[in-house]
Amino acid sequence: MKKNTKQSGLNREAWLVRELFDEKKLKHLPTRDGFGEGLVEAGKGNKNIVVLCADLTESTRVLAFKQAYPDRFVQMGVSEQSMASIAAGMAMAGKMPFISSYACFSPGRNWEQIRTTVALNNTNVKVAGAHAGVSVGPDGATHQMVEDIAIMRVMPNMRVFVPCDSIETRKATLAVAKLSGPCYLRFAREKSPVFTTLKTPYKVGRAEIYRHGNDLTIIGSGPLLYEALLAAEMLSHEHGIECRVVNMHTIKPVDVKAIVDAAKQTGAIVTVEEAQAAGGLAGVVAETLALTVPVVMERVGVPDRFGESGNPREVQEGLGLTAPFIALAADRVLQRKLGNTVPAIPAHVTAAQERLVVMQQEILHEALSRTPRKWGGKKPDASLKSRRRD
Amino acid sequence: MPNLTKGPKVRRPLHLHDKKLKSLEERASQIREDLIDMLVEAGSGHSAGPLGMADIFVALYFHVLVHDPKHPDWNDRDRLILSNGHICPIRYVTMAHAGYFPKKMLMTLRKFGSPLQGHPERERLPGVETTSGPLGSGSSQAVGLAYTALLDRKPWRVYCVMSDGELDAGQTWEALLFAGRNNLYNCTFIIDRNNIQIDGTTEEIMPLEPLTAKFESFNLNVVRCAGNSIRDFVTAVERAHGVSEKATVIIADTIPGYGVPYMEHDFLWHGKPPSPGSESQQAIHDLRTLAGRITGEHE
Repeated sequence: MKKNTKQSGLNREAWLVRELFDEKKLKHLPTRDGFGEGLVEAGKGNKNIVVLCADLTESTRVLAFKQAYPDRFVQMGVSEQSMASIAAGMAMAGKMPFISSYACFSPGRNWEQIRTTVALNNTNVKVAGAHAGVSVGPDGATHQMVEDIAIMRVMPNMRVFVPCDSIETRKATLAVAKLSGPCYLRFAREKSPVFTTLKTPYKVGRAEIYRHGNDLTIIGSGPLLYEALLAAEMLSHEHGIECRVVNMHTIKPVDVKAIVDAAKQTGAIVTVEEAQAAGGLAGVVAETLALTVPVVMERVGVPDRFGESGNPREVQEGLGLTAPFIALAADRVLQRKLGNTVPAIPAHVTAAQERLVVMQQEILHEALSRTPRKWGGKKPDASLKSRRRD
Repeated sequence: MPNLTKGPKVRRPLHLHDKKLKSLEERASQIREDLIDMLVEAGSGHSAGPLGMADIFVALYFHVLVHDPKHPDWNDRDRLILSNGHICPIRYVTMAHAGYFPKKMLMTLRKFGSPLQGHPERERLPGVETTSGPLGSGSSQAVGLAYTALLDRKPWRVYCVMSDGELDAGQTWEALLFAGRNNLYNCTFIIDRNNIQIDGTTEEIMPLEPLTAKFESFNLNVVRCAGNSIRDFVTAVERAHGVSEKATVIIADTIPGYGVPYMEHDFLWHGKPPSPGSESQQAIHDLRTLAGRITGEHE
């Protein structure tokens, strides 16, 4: 495709890391680390911040806050529903509670308590959902929360934040601590690329352009935004297609102007998120487009199914969330923009389904090929990982 | 309102002969070894709870439950609900030993495409009655099954294994209120009382004692037993079967990490497996020698 833009390529004013595409030099940290750091920092400035945690102090990274301010930490045990409403009570008495658990339990389990006692009450409670997305990996579907963005963004009074790396999660945590009223902050367990810097602009409710391009726009949120940048780079190198890449870190209130500009200027949109493709970021973008500038759109997200156990990268790939599938979605949206006919089921969906079958066969075959004699296989029992010498 | 107290009166004799007891104990120690081997292959998963519950799972699958591993969906099977889904590794290994699926599948725990998910899923592995992991909902599902069994005059019983940590969750008590009101004598709750949860001991995090009194005040029959003694546990189940007007809660005092001394009683082993190498070898050595009390000819 002809380059039809004056300006394309990475946005220098976004101050992304220099080693953006250098796999060896690029740092990887879990976004939950940024939450833990931001929380301690916010707690220093605001004595009203209290943290409630449902028996997951270390893994949701509120341990540092507990150690720094032990009298402002409340252990709830395994009671997320009560936690949400106890936090609402504390907020009504003047505190700013952060409630911390896995996203599948909070807001997964305590959604109604959040709806009534936090959102409808309009209390100053911040919901921190850790281990969101399928990248929790081996824990499986019960713990892979992919519906949270959808269920939280439809709640009046609630604001929804999905930061893309540990640095942005820290900024988002500090920003949330400055806001009054209900907020939901979503982050993940696994290490993911740290591709923004301290200088990268961040403002609540304002989307940031990380890459310029006028052929189409990829709007992403969360750690998968890095995959969007990879896909954009690939499309530029291999096909001369220039994608705009937008970080929609605030799902609500959404930056309508950024979506409208992208629609008017590029005429085609792909959304990318580690959540159900229905209702989340894709939902808000589709709604905005339909109400303003309807242009063609494709979604990269979890395709109306639950996740499953597996290595985090494998699960992301098998569900079609990585760069090659984003590139396929971009290709499809361009074909539609040009008025060409496309298959009824998108190629990025069918390709992921095929890839999933192949990957699972390979992975299970490899594991079963190492079955020891005691479990009916051919390998000596001593070949088990647990029995090998160091 | 159906008359729920006039259900089936089938009671199976559970008397445990010494010979059977010995074979169950041997089975439990094999299962503990397989458990460590499986967890180390997976590289993640829970250790302490599964080791502590090995004896109870062996007792259930090889003595107490009326079930048919070749027909996991047989209508009149007893239902074993695992509410604290994170201890599923012990259920998986015991099910493999009982013949629900080939043991080689233990190599695939938590791997992409495996029926052995990190937390158990009903839709993926026949014989797993409910999908669980998020705590507190197993007791309600158990109660729903037991209520229906009485309603339809079915002979099968419901056993619900729960952790002590999940007693923090309000839903558990909602289910127990229902069980108390409806005299669900066909329902037995088995509490893995190992005194640990993720962040620390249960009594630090959210004190549960006096636990017996709490359950009794919910109109439930309470039996306390040593969870690492198969005989004591089977006796507790017999006592549950002997009560025909109340649901029973068996509080099984277990030792988390039982059989591997460096894990025992330590909440830090709640959610991780031993690392491959000296750590896992030590665990297997401890299990084989009863922590050094038995020495083999080769040593």
